[in-house]
Amino acid sequence: MTESENRDYNEFIKGIWRDNPVFVQVLGMCPMLAVTNSAINAIAMGGATLFVLVGSSFLVAAFKKWIPKQVRISCFIIIIATFVTIADYTLLALVPVVHKELGAFIPLIVANCMILGRQEAFASKNTVRLAVMDALGMSTGFVIALFTLGAVREILGAGSLFGIDLFGAAWEPWVIMILPPGGFLTLGLILLVFNWMTQRKQMFMEKVAEAQRSDS
Amino acid sequence: MKQRDPELLLQHAPFLRQGMTTPTAMGDVLIALTPATLAGLWYFGISAVLVIGASIAGAVLTEIAFIGTERRGESLLDGSGLLTGLLLGLTLPPGLPMWMAFLGGVIALGLGKVIWGGLGNNLFNPALVGRAFLLATFPIAMTTWTTPDEAFWTFRATNFDIPFTYTEVDGITAATPLGLMKFEQQVMPLSNLFMGSTSGSLGETSGLLLILGGIYLYIRRDLDWRVPVSILLTVLVFSATLGLFDSERFPTPLFSVFSGGLLLGAIYMATDPVTSPTTPTGTWIFGIGIGLLVVLIRVFGGMPEGVMYAILLMNAATPLIDRFTQPRVFGHMRGDND
Repeated sequence: MTESENRDYNEFIKGIWRDNPVFVQVLGMCPMLAVTNSAINAIAMGGATLFVLVGSSFLVAAFKKWIPKQVRISCFIIIIATFVTIADYTLLALVPVVHKELGAFIPLIVANCMILGRQEAFASKNTVRLAVMDALGMSTGFVIALFTLGAVREILGAGSLFGIDLFGAAWEPWVIMILPPGGFLTLGLILLVFNWMTQRKQMFMEKVAEAQRSDS
Repeated sequence: MKQRDPELLLQHAPFLRQGMTTPTAMGDVLIALTPATLAGLWYFGISAVLVIGASIAGAVLTEIAFIGTERRGESLLDGSGLLTGLLLGLTLPPGLPMWMAFLGGVIALGLGKVIWGGLGNNLFNPALVGRAFLLATFPIAMTTWTTPDEAFWTFRATNFDIPFTYTEVDGITAATPLGLMKFEQQVMPLSNLFMGSTSGSLGETSGLLLILGGIYLYIRRDLDWRVPVSILLTVLVFSATLGLFDSERFPTPLFSVFSGGLLLGAIYMATDPVTSPTTPTGTWIFGIGIGLLVVLIRVFGGMPEGVMYAILLMNAATPLIDRFTQPRVFGHMRGDND
Protein backbone atom coordinates (compact mmCIF):
# COMPACT_ATOMS: atom_id res chain seq x y z
CA MET A 1 0.00 0.00 0.00
CA THR A 2 1.40 3.37 -0.95
CA GLU A 3 1.26 6.25 1.44
CA SER A 4 -1.63 8.01 -0.28
CA GLU A 5 -3.65 4.80 -0.44
CA ASN A 6 -2.97 4.35 3.22
CA ARG A 7 -4.27 7.87 3.91
CA ASP A 8 -7.42 7.14 1.87
CA TYR A 9 -8.00 4.00 3.86
CA ASN A 10 -7.55 5.84 7.16
CA GLU A 11 -10.00 8.57 6.20
CA PHE A 12 -12.51 5.93 5.19
CA ILE A 13 -12.19 3.63 8.17
CA LYS A 14 -12.27 6.32 10.87
CA GLY A 15 -15.91 7.11 10.10
CA ILE A 16 -16.96 3.53 10.62
CA TRP A 17 -15.49 2.96 14.06
CA ARG A 18 -13.20 5.48 15.76
CA ASP A 19 -15.15 8.63 14.80
CA ASN A 20 -18.50 7.01 14.05
CA PRO A 21 -20.90 9.93 13.50
CA VAL A 22 -23.65 8.41 15.65
CA PHE A 23 -21.99 6.29 18.31
CA VAL A 24 -19.00 8.54 18.98
CA GLN A 25 -19.90 12.04 17.78
CA VAL A 26 -23.62 11.62 18.53
CA LEU A 27 -24.61 13.66 15.47
CA GLY A 28 -27.64 13.29 13.23
CA MET A 29 -29.91 12.31 16.11
CA CYS A 30 -33.11 13.52 14.45
CA PRO A 31 -33.21 10.93 11.62
CA MET A 32 -31.55 8.44 13.96
CA LEU A 33 -34.49 8.47 16.35
CA ALA A 34 -37.31 9.33 14.00
CA VAL A 35 -37.05 6.93 11.08
CA THR A 36 -35.45 3.83 12.56
CA ASN A 37 -38.68 2.05 13.45
CA SER A 38 -38.03 -0.47 10.69
CA ALA A 39 -34.93 -1.73 8.92
CA ILE A 40 -36.12 -0.71 5.45
CA ASN A 41 -36.79 2.90 6.53
CA ALA A 42 -33.36 3.00 8.17
CA ILE A 43 -31.64 1.75 5.03
CA ALA A 44 -33.53 4.19 2.78
CA MET A 45 -32.65 7.09 5.07
CA GLY A 46 -29.03 5.92 5.27
CA GLY A 47 -28.80 5.60 1.50
CA ALA A 48 -30.20 9.08 0.93
CA THR A 49 -27.80 10.54 3.48
CA LEU A 50 -24.86 8.70 1.88
CA PHE A 51 -25.72 10.13 -1.51
CA VAL A 52 -26.10 13.67 -0.16
CA LEU A 53 -22.93 13.56 1.91
CA VAL A 54 -20.69 12.10 -0.80
CA GLY A 55 -22.09 14.45 -3.46
CA SER A 56 -21.78 17.60 -1.39
CA SER A 57 -18.33 16.70 -0.02
CA PHE A 58 -17.17 16.24 -3.60
CA LEU A 59 -18.54 19.60 -4.73
CA VAL A 60 -17.39 21.50 -1.68
CA ALA A 61 -13.86 20.11 -1.94
CA ALA A 62 -13.80 20.87 -5.66
CA PHE A 63 -15.05 24.46 -5.27
CA LYS A 64 -13.31 25.30 -2.01
CA LYS A 65 -11.05 27.92 -3.66
CA TRP A 66 -14.02 29.85 -5.05
CA ILE A 67 -16.21 29.81 -1.94
CA PRO A 68 -15.72 33.08 0.01
CA LYS A 69 -14.97 32.42 3.64
CA GLN A 70 -17.62 34.84 4.94
CA VAL A 71 -20.56 33.10 3.24
CA ARG A 72 -19.25 29.55 3.24
CA ILE A 73 -22.06 28.12 5.42
CA SER A 74 -24.77 29.34 3.07
CA CYS A 75 -22.82 28.00 0.10
CA PHE A 76 -22.54 24.60 1.79
CA ILE A 77 -26.25 24.61 2.56
CA ILE A 78 -27.16 25.40 -1.07
CA ILE A 79 -24.95 22.55 -2.30
CA ILE A 80 -26.42 20.16 0.28
CA ALA A 81 -29.97 21.26 -0.51
CA THR A 82 -29.38 20.54 -4.19
CA PHE A 83 -28.45 16.96 -3.46
CA VAL A 84 -31.30 16.56 -0.94
CA THR A 85 -33.79 17.65 -3.60
CA ILE A 86 -32.34 15.11 -6.02
CA ALA A 87 -32.55 12.38 -3.37
CA ASP A 88 -36.10 13.41 -2.48
CA TYR A 89 -37.41 13.13 -6.04
CA THR A 90 -35.43 9.95 -6.74
CA LEU A 91 -36.95 8.19 -3.71
CA LEU A 92 -40.40 9.47 -4.68
CA ALA A 93 -39.98 7.99 -8.16
CA LEU A 94 -38.40 4.68 -7.14
CA VAL A 95 -39.97 3.72 -3.81
CA PRO A 96 -43.07 5.87 -3.20
CA VAL A 97 -44.16 3.79 -0.18
CA VAL A 98 -40.89 4.32 1.69
CA HIS A 99 -40.87 7.96 0.62
CA LYS A 100 -44.29 8.43 2.19
CA GLU A 101 -43.17 6.81 5.47
CA LEU A 102 -40.03 8.91 5.72
CA GLY A 103 -42.14 12.00 5.01
CA ALA A 104 -40.66 15.24 6.26
CA PHE A 105 -37.43 13.61 7.30
CA ILE A 106 -35.98 13.53 3.77
CA PRO A 107 -36.02 17.35 3.35
CA LEU A 108 -34.67 17.52 6.90
CA ILE A 109 -31.44 15.82 5.75
CA VAL A 110 -30.39 19.41 4.93
CA ALA A 111 -30.32 20.10 8.65
CA ASN A 112 -28.36 16.97 9.55
CA CYS A 113 -25.41 18.30 11.58
CA MET A 114 -23.24 15.45 10.42
CA ILE A 115 -23.33 16.61 6.79
CA LEU A 116 -22.66 20.29 7.42
CA GLY A 117 -20.06 19.27 10.01
CA ARG A 118 -18.09 17.23 7.46
CA GLN A 119 -18.12 20.13 4.96
CA GLU A 120 -16.92 22.61 7.54
CA ALA A 121 -14.41 20.36 9.28
CA PHE A 122 -13.05 18.28 6.44
CA ALA A 123 -14.19 18.77 2.84
CA SER A 124 -13.46 22.51 2.75
CA LYS A 125 -9.85 21.90 3.85
CA ASN A 126 -8.84 18.78 1.93
CA THR A 127 -8.47 17.43 -1.59
CA VAL A 128 -11.42 16.06 -3.51
CA ARG A 129 -10.13 12.53 -3.19
CA LEU A 130 -9.73 12.65 0.58
CA ALA A 131 -13.07 14.46 0.98
CA VAL A 132 -14.89 11.74 -0.91
CA MET A 133 -13.16 8.99 1.08
CA ASP A 134 -14.06 10.76 4.31
CA ALA A 135 -17.68 11.23 3.19
CA LEU A 136 -17.91 7.56 2.19
CA GLY A 137 -16.57 6.43 5.55
CA MET A 138 -18.76 8.73 7.59
CA SER A 139 -21.92 7.85 5.73
CA THR A 140 -21.14 4.14 5.87
CA GLY A 141 -20.78 4.51 9.63
CA PHE A 142 -24.10 6.35 9.66
CA VAL A 143 -25.82 3.65 7.61
CA ILE A 144 -24.44 0.94 9.92
CA ALA A 145 -25.72 2.81 12.97
CA LEU A 146 -29.14 3.44 11.44
CA PHE A 147 -29.43 -0.16 10.36
CA THR A 148 -28.41 -1.51 13.78
CA LEU A 149 -31.04 0.61 15.49
CA GLY A 150 -33.70 -0.07 12.86
CA ALA A 151 -33.08 -3.84 12.93
CA VAL A 152 -33.23 -4.06 16.74
CA ARG A 153 -36.40 -1.99 16.87
CA GLU A 154 -38.11 -3.87 14.06
CA ILE A 155 -37.18 -7.33 15.37
CA LEU A 156 -38.43 -6.57 18.89
CA GLY A 157 -41.25 -4.25 17.92
CA ALA A 158 -42.77 -6.23 15.08
CA GLY A 159 -41.04 -9.61 15.12
CA SER A 160 -39.85 -9.12 11.55
CA LEU A 161 -36.87 -7.87 9.55
CA PHE A 162 -37.31 -6.04 6.22
CA GLY A 163 -41.00 -6.91 6.56
CA ILE A 164 -40.29 -10.66 6.64
CA ASP A 165 -41.92 -12.37 9.60
CA LEU A 166 -39.23 -14.00 11.75
CA PHE A 167 -41.00 -15.70 14.61
CA GLY A 168 -44.49 -16.61 13.48
CA ALA A 169 -47.88 -15.42 14.67
CA ALA A 170 -47.40 -16.23 18.36
CA TRP A 171 -44.74 -13.50 18.75
CA GLU A 172 -45.89 -10.77 21.09
CA PRO A 173 -44.63 -7.45 19.68
CA TRP A 174 -42.92 -4.99 22.04
CA VAL A 175 -45.08 -2.01 21.10
CA ILE A 176 -42.77 0.46 22.82
CA MET A 177 -39.95 -0.34 20.41
CA ILE A 178 -41.89 1.08 17.45
CA LEU A 179 -42.79 4.20 19.43
CA PRO A 180 -40.35 7.10 20.05
CA PRO A 181 -39.31 5.87 23.55
CA GLY A 182 -38.05 2.67 21.93
CA GLY A 183 -35.69 4.74 19.79
CA PHE A 184 -34.26 6.52 22.82
CA LEU A 185 -33.96 3.30 24.83
CA THR A 186 -32.25 1.38 22.05
CA LEU A 187 -29.89 4.22 21.17
CA GLY A 188 -29.01 4.69 24.83
CA LEU A 189 -28.26 1.01 25.30
CA ILE A 190 -26.17 0.85 22.12
CA LEU A 191 -24.18 3.93 23.25
CA LEU A 192 -23.68 2.22 26.59
CA VAL A 193 -22.26 -0.90 24.98
CA PHE A 194 -20.10 1.19 22.63
CA ASN A 195 -18.59 3.25 25.43
CA TRP A 196 -18.06 0.16 27.53
CA MET A 197 -16.15 -1.53 24.70
CA THR A 198 -14.04 1.57 24.08
CA GLN A 199 -13.22 1.78 27.77
CA ARG A 200 -12.29 -1.91 27.95
CA LYS A 201 -10.02 -1.53 24.94
CA GLN A 202 -8.33 1.50 26.47
CA MET A 203 -7.72 -0.34 29.74
CA PHE A 204 -6.34 -3.30 27.82
CA MET A 205 -3.96 -1.08 25.83
CA GLU A 206 -2.77 0.60 29.00
CA LYS A 207 -2.04 -2.77 30.55
CA VAL A 208 -0.11 -3.89 27.46
CA ALA A 209 1.92 -0.67 27.48
CA GLU A 210 2.71 -1.14 31.15
CA ALA A 211 3.79 -4.74 30.62
CA GLN A 212 6.08 -3.68 27.80
CA ARG A 213 7.62 -0.97 29.94
CA SER A 214 8.32 -3.32 32.80
CA ASP A 215 9.83 -5.87 30.36
CA SER A 216 12.36 -3.49 28.89
CA MET B 1 -5.75 -10.05 60.76
CA LYS B 2 -9.36 -10.17 61.75
CA GLN B 3 -10.43 -8.55 64.94
CA ARG B 4 -12.19 -10.67 67.54
CA ASP B 5 -14.87 -9.24 69.79
CA PRO B 6 -12.97 -6.73 71.92
CA GLU B 7 -13.23 -7.00 75.68
CA LEU B 8 -13.13 -3.26 76.08
CA LEU B 9 -14.73 -1.12 73.43
CA LEU B 10 -13.05 2.24 72.94
CA GLN B 11 -15.08 4.64 70.82
CA HIS B 12 -15.71 8.28 70.23
CA ALA B 13 -19.02 9.94 71.01
CA PRO B 14 -21.83 9.74 70.00
CA PHE B 15 -22.78 6.55 71.75
CA LEU B 16 -26.47 6.64 70.95
CA ARG B 17 -27.13 4.26 68.13
CA GLN B 18 -29.89 5.02 65.73
CA GLY B 19 -31.17 1.61 64.69
CA MET B 20 -32.38 2.84 61.32
CA THR B 21 -30.29 1.41 58.48
CA THR B 22 -31.17 0.66 54.91
CA PRO B 23 -31.70 -3.08 55.53
CA THR B 24 -34.02 -2.48 58.51
CA ALA B 25 -36.03 0.12 56.61
CA MET B 26 -36.40 -2.22 53.63
CA GLY B 27 -37.24 -5.09 55.96
CA ASP B 28 -39.99 -3.00 57.57
CA VAL B 29 -41.52 -2.22 54.19
CA LEU B 30 -41.40 -5.92 53.30
CA ILE B 31 -43.20 -6.75 56.57
CA ALA B 32 -45.76 -4.01 55.93
CA LEU B 33 -46.46 -5.38 52.47
CA THR B 34 -46.91 -8.95 53.69
CA PRO B 35 -50.67 -8.67 54.49
CA ALA B 36 -51.45 -7.13 51.10
CA THR B 37 -49.34 -9.80 49.39
CA LEU B 38 -51.16 -12.54 51.28
CA ALA B 39 -54.47 -10.96 50.25
CA GLY B 40 -53.24 -11.16 46.66
CA LEU B 41 -52.54 -14.87 47.19
CA TRP B 42 -55.98 -15.33 48.77
CA TYR B 43 -57.86 -13.68 45.93
CA PHE B 44 -55.80 -14.64 42.92
CA GLY B 45 -54.29 -17.94 44.05
CA ILE B 46 -51.25 -19.54 42.56
CA SER B 47 -51.05 -16.88 39.83
CA ALA B 48 -49.97 -14.34 42.43
CA VAL B 49 -47.06 -16.57 43.45
CA LEU B 50 -45.99 -17.05 39.86
CA VAL B 51 -46.18 -13.40 38.78
CA ILE B 52 -44.66 -11.91 41.93
CA GLY B 53 -41.97 -14.63 41.99
CA ALA B 54 -41.03 -13.94 38.39
CA SER B 55 -40.75 -10.19 38.90
CA ILE B 56 -38.66 -10.64 42.07
CA ALA B 57 -36.42 -13.11 40.23
CA GLY B 58 -35.96 -10.63 37.36
CA ALA B 59 -35.08 -7.81 39.74
CA VAL B 60 -32.69 -9.74 41.98
CA LEU B 61 -30.89 -11.53 39.12
CA THR B 62 -30.35 -8.20 37.34
CA GLU B 63 -28.87 -6.78 40.51
CA ILE B 64 -26.51 -9.75 40.79
CA ALA B 65 -25.51 -9.45 37.14
CA PHE B 66 -24.81 -5.72 37.04
CA ILE B 67 -23.49 -4.72 40.43
CA GLY B 68 -19.72 -5.11 40.75
CA THR B 69 -18.48 -8.04 42.79
CA GLU B 70 -17.01 -5.89 45.53
CA ARG B 71 -20.33 -4.19 46.32
CA ARG B 72 -22.59 -7.10 45.44
CA GLY B 73 -23.04 -8.59 48.89
CA GLU B 74 -23.88 -5.26 50.49
CA SER B 75 -26.23 -4.28 47.72
CA LEU B 76 -28.10 -7.59 47.77
CA LEU B 77 -28.40 -7.76 51.53
CA ASP B 78 -30.03 -4.36 51.86
CA GLY B 79 -33.12 -5.94 50.33
CA SER B 80 -33.94 -3.05 48.02
CA GLY B 81 -33.83 -5.23 44.91
CA LEU B 82 -36.19 -7.70 46.54
CA LEU B 83 -38.52 -4.86 47.52
CA THR B 84 -38.50 -3.41 44.00
CA GLY B 85 -39.40 -6.83 42.60
CA LEU B 86 -42.20 -7.29 45.12
CA LEU B 87 -43.65 -3.80 44.55
CA LEU B 88 -43.56 -4.32 40.81
CA GLY B 89 -45.21 -7.73 41.16
CA LEU B 90 -48.01 -6.24 43.25
CA THR B 91 -48.88 -3.79 40.47
CA LEU B 92 -49.18 -6.44 37.76
CA PRO B 93 -52.37 -8.17 36.64
CA PRO B 94 -52.71 -11.81 37.80
CA GLY B 95 -52.93 -13.29 34.31
CA LEU B 96 -49.66 -11.76 33.11
CA PRO B 97 -47.23 -14.23 31.51
CA MET B 98 -44.32 -14.96 33.83
CA TRP B 99 -41.75 -13.95 31.23
CA MET B 100 -43.25 -10.47 31.03
CA ALA B 101 -43.13 -10.12 34.81
CA PHE B 102 -39.49 -11.27 34.70
CA LEU B 103 -38.68 -8.73 31.97
CA GLY B 104 -40.38 -6.05 34.03
CA GLY B 105 -38.12 -6.90 36.96
CA VAL B 106 -35.05 -6.72 34.72
CA ILE B 107 -36.08 -3.29 33.36
CA ALA B 108 -37.03 -2.01 36.83
CA LEU B 109 -33.62 -2.81 38.27
CA GLY B 110 -31.58 -2.20 35.12
CA LEU B 111 -33.13 1.02 33.81
CA GLY B 112 -34.68 2.11 37.08
CA LYS B 113 -31.76 1.70 39.44
CA VAL B 114 -28.43 0.21 38.33
CA ILE B 115 -27.94 2.56 35.38
CA TRP B 116 -28.25 5.64 37.66
CA GLY B 117 -25.52 4.36 39.96
CA GLY B 118 -27.44 2.13 42.34
CA LEU B 119 -29.60 2.71 45.39
CA GLY B 120 -29.98 6.36 46.31
CA ASN B 121 -29.10 7.79 42.90
CA ASN B 122 -32.20 6.96 40.91
CA LEU B 123 -34.53 9.75 39.85
CA PHE B 124 -37.61 7.57 39.34
CA ASN B 125 -39.17 4.85 41.45
CA PRO B 126 -37.65 1.65 39.99
CA ALA B 127 -40.78 -0.51 40.37
CA LEU B 128 -42.86 2.07 38.51
CA VAL B 129 -40.24 2.37 35.78
CA GLY B 130 -40.63 -1.38 35.25
CA ARG B 131 -44.40 -1.10 35.21
CA ALA B 132 -44.41 1.88 32.83
CA PHE B 133 -42.18 -0.07 30.46
CA LEU B 134 -44.45 -3.12 30.59
CA LEU B 135 -47.60 -1.03 30.08
CA ALA B 136 -46.14 0.70 27.02
CA THR B 137 -44.69 -2.53 25.65
CA PHE B 138 -47.50 -5.02 26.21
CA PRO B 139 -50.66 -2.87 26.47
CA ILE B 140 -53.07 -5.77 25.97
CA ALA B 141 -51.52 -8.20 28.43
CA MET B 142 -51.13 -5.45 31.02
CA THR B 143 -54.81 -4.46 30.89
CA THR B 144 -56.37 -7.91 30.78
CA TRP B 145 -57.79 -8.42 34.26
CA THR B 146 -59.11 -11.69 35.62
CA THR B 147 -61.71 -12.29 38.29
CA PRO B 148 -60.51 -12.86 41.86
CA ASP B 149 -63.04 -15.56 42.75
CA GLU B 150 -61.47 -18.72 41.40
CA ALA B 151 -60.03 -21.59 43.40
CA PHE B 152 -56.46 -21.23 44.71
CA TRP B 153 -55.03 -23.89 42.43
CA THR B 154 -56.60 -22.53 39.25
CA PHE B 155 -53.70 -22.21 36.83
CA ARG B 156 -54.22 -19.33 34.47
CA ALA B 157 -52.95 -20.49 31.09
CA THR B 158 -51.47 -17.11 30.17
CA ASN B 159 -49.04 -17.30 33.12
CA PHE B 160 -47.23 -20.09 31.34
CA ASP B 161 -46.87 -18.50 27.91
CA ILE B 162 -43.56 -19.35 26.29
CA PRO B 163 -41.20 -16.32 26.40
CA PHE B 164 -41.92 -13.77 23.65
CA THR B 165 -45.41 -15.12 22.99
CA TYR B 166 -48.80 -14.23 24.35
CA THR B 167 -52.15 -15.95 23.89
CA GLU B 168 -55.08 -13.58 24.08
CA VAL B 169 -57.83 -14.89 26.30
CA ASP B 170 -61.49 -14.15 26.20
CA GLY B 171 -64.30 -15.12 28.52
CA ILE B 172 -62.62 -15.01 31.90
CA THR B 173 -61.64 -11.37 31.84
CA ALA B 174 -63.20 -8.80 34.15
CA ALA B 175 -62.90 -5.04 34.16
CA THR B 176 -61.40 -3.27 37.17
CA PRO B 177 -63.65 -1.07 39.34
CA LEU B 178 -62.11 2.01 37.72
CA GLY B 179 -62.64 0.58 34.23
CA LEU B 180 -66.28 -0.22 35.06
CA MET B 181 -66.74 3.28 36.41
CA LYS B 182 -65.14 4.99 33.44
CA PHE B 183 -66.48 2.99 30.56
CA GLU B 184 -69.74 1.47 31.84
CA GLN B 185 -70.77 3.86 34.65
CA GLN B 186 -71.11 1.04 37.18
CA VAL B 187 -70.02 1.72 40.74
CA MET B 188 -68.45 -1.05 42.79
CA PRO B 189 -69.70 -1.25 46.43
CA LEU B 190 -67.19 0.30 48.80
CA SER B 191 -67.01 -2.81 51.01
CA ASN B 192 -65.62 -4.86 48.10
CA LEU B 193 -62.96 -2.24 47.51
CA PHE B 194 -62.12 -2.16 51.20
CA MET B 195 -61.70 -5.92 51.54
CA GLY B 196 -60.21 -6.45 48.11
CA SER B 197 -62.59 -8.84 46.37
CA THR B 198 -62.44 -6.98 43.07
CA SER B 199 -60.43 -7.53 39.95
CA GLY B 200 -57.27 -5.50 39.62
CA SER B 201 -53.55 -5.73 40.13
CA LEU B 202 -52.31 -8.39 42.55
CA GLY B 203 -51.64 -6.17 45.55
CA GLU B 204 -53.83 -3.14 45.04
CA THR B 205 -57.28 -4.53 45.73
CA SER B 206 -57.53 -4.55 49.52
CA GLY B 207 -57.65 -1.02 50.91
CA LEU B 208 -57.81 -2.20 54.52
CA LEU B 209 -54.60 -4.24 54.50
CA LEU B 210 -52.67 -1.56 52.61
CA ILE B 211 -53.66 1.03 55.22
CA LEU B 212 -52.71 -1.36 58.05
CA GLY B 213 -49.25 -1.76 56.51
CA GLY B 214 -48.99 2.01 56.20
CA ILE B 215 -49.79 2.47 59.89
CA TYR B 216 -47.11 -0.08 60.79
CA LEU B 217 -44.58 1.85 58.69
CA TYR B 218 -45.60 5.12 60.37
CA ILE B 219 -45.14 3.60 63.84
CA ARG B 220 -41.72 2.30 62.82
CA ARG B 221 -40.91 5.78 61.46
CA ASP B 222 -40.04 4.49 58.03
CA LEU B 223 -42.45 6.75 56.27
CA ASP B 224 -43.09 10.44 56.00
CA TRP B 225 -46.78 10.70 56.88
CA ARG B 226 -47.11 13.92 54.88
CA VAL B 227 -46.81 12.13 51.55
CA PRO B 228 -49.74 9.68 51.79
CA VAL B 229 -51.87 12.14 53.78
CA SER B 230 -51.40 14.96 51.29
CA ILE B 231 -52.07 12.65 48.33
CA LEU B 232 -55.22 11.14 49.83
CA LEU B 233 -56.55 14.49 51.09
CA THR B 234 -56.02 16.07 47.68
CA VAL B 235 -57.82 13.23 45.96
CA LEU B 236 -60.70 13.45 48.47
CA VAL B 237 -61.08 17.22 48.15
CA PHE B 238 -60.67 17.33 44.38
CA SER B 239 -63.15 14.46 43.84
CA ALA B 240 -65.65 16.04 46.21
CA THR B 241 -65.34 19.34 44.35
CA LEU B 242 -65.94 17.63 41.04
CA GLY B 243 -68.87 15.76 42.58
CA LEU B 244 -70.52 19.11 43.36
CA PHE B 245 -70.78 19.81 39.65
CA ASP B 246 -72.08 16.45 38.47
CA SER B 247 -72.42 13.68 41.02
CA GLU B 248 -73.61 11.24 38.33
CA ARG B 249 -70.57 11.49 36.13
CA PHE B 250 -67.75 11.82 38.64
CA PRO B 251 -66.86 9.11 41.18
CA THR B 252 -67.48 9.72 44.87
CA PRO B 253 -64.45 10.78 46.95
CA LEU B 254 -64.25 7.50 48.87
CA PHE B 255 -64.51 5.44 45.70
CA SER B 256 -61.62 7.48 44.29
CA VAL B 257 -59.44 6.75 47.28
CA PHE B 258 -60.11 3.04 47.57
CA SER B 259 -60.18 2.05 43.90
CA GLY B 260 -57.22 1.31 41.70
CA GLY B 261 -53.62 1.54 42.82
CA LEU B 262 -53.97 4.79 44.75
CA LEU B 263 -53.35 3.39 48.24
CA LEU B 264 -50.52 1.12 47.11
CA GLY B 265 -48.92 4.03 45.26
CA ALA B 266 -49.50 6.66 47.93
CA ILE B 267 -48.29 4.58 50.87
CA TYR B 268 -45.49 2.46 49.41
CA MET B 269 -44.26 4.06 46.20
CA ALA B 270 -44.59 7.83 46.50
CA THR B 271 -42.94 7.62 49.94
CA ASP B 272 -39.73 6.12 48.56
CA PRO B 273 -37.17 8.36 50.35
CA VAL B 274 -34.88 8.42 47.32
CA THR B 275 -37.40 9.82 44.86
CA SER B 276 -39.48 12.14 47.06
CA PRO B 277 -38.53 15.63 48.31
CA THR B 278 -36.64 16.01 51.57
CA THR B 279 -38.14 19.25 52.92
CA PRO B 280 -41.56 19.27 54.66
CA THR B 281 -42.93 21.99 52.37
CA GLY B 282 -41.62 20.12 49.36
CA THR B 283 -43.30 16.94 50.56
CA TRP B 284 -46.67 18.70 50.68
CA ILE B 285 -46.20 20.10 47.17
CA PHE B 286 -45.17 16.63 45.97
CA GLY B 287 -48.21 14.92 47.50
CA ILE B 288 -50.71 17.55 46.33
CA GLY B 289 -49.22 17.33 42.82
CA ILE B 290 -49.66 13.55 42.75
CA GLY B 291 -53.25 13.81 44.04
CA LEU B 292 -54.22 16.38 41.42
CA LEU B 293 -52.60 14.44 38.60
CA VAL B 294 -54.26 11.18 39.67
CA VAL B 295 -57.76 12.68 39.55
CA LEU B 296 -57.05 14.60 36.35
CA ILE B 297 -55.79 11.49 34.54
CA ARG B 298 -58.59 9.28 35.86
CA VAL B 299 -61.44 11.69 35.14
CA PHE B 300 -60.32 13.58 32.07
CA GLY B 301 -57.63 11.32 30.58
CA GLY B 302 -58.02 8.40 28.21
CA MET B 303 -56.94 5.77 30.74
CA PRO B 304 -58.96 4.56 33.71
CA GLU B 305 -55.94 4.65 36.07
CA GLY B 306 -53.21 7.26 36.45
CA VAL B 307 -51.41 6.67 39.76
CA MET B 308 -48.26 5.36 38.08
CA TYR B 309 -47.82 8.31 35.71
CA ALA B 310 -48.73 10.78 38.45
CA ILE B 311 -45.97 9.46 40.72
CA LEU B 312 -43.40 9.24 37.91
CA LEU B 313 -44.15 12.82 36.82
CA MET B 314 -43.78 14.15 40.35
CA ASN B 315 -40.57 12.08 40.76
CA ALA B 316 -39.21 14.06 37.82
CA ALA B 317 -40.18 17.31 39.56
CA THR B 318 -38.60 16.29 42.88
CA PRO B 319 -35.11 17.85 42.38
CA LEU B 320 -36.74 21.13 41.40
CA ILE B 321 -39.10 21.06 44.39
CA ASP B 322 -36.16 20.34 46.69
CA ARG B 323 -34.26 23.27 45.25
CA PHE B 324 -37.08 25.76 45.71
CA THR B 325 -38.06 24.70 49.21
CA GLN B 326 -34.70 24.80 50.96
CA PRO B 327 -35.30 26.22 54.44
CA ARG B 328 -33.53 29.37 55.56
CA VAL B 329 -30.20 28.52 57.14
CA PHE B 330 -30.22 29.50 60.83
CA GLY B 331 -28.61 32.88 61.31
CA HIS B 332 -28.99 33.94 57.69
CA MET B 333 -31.30 36.66 56.47
CA ARG B 334 -34.09 35.87 54.06
CA GLY B 335 -32.61 35.77 50.57
CA ASP B 336 -29.11 35.07 51.84
CA ASN B 337 -29.15 31.46 50.82
CA ASP B 338 -27.96 31.85 47.27
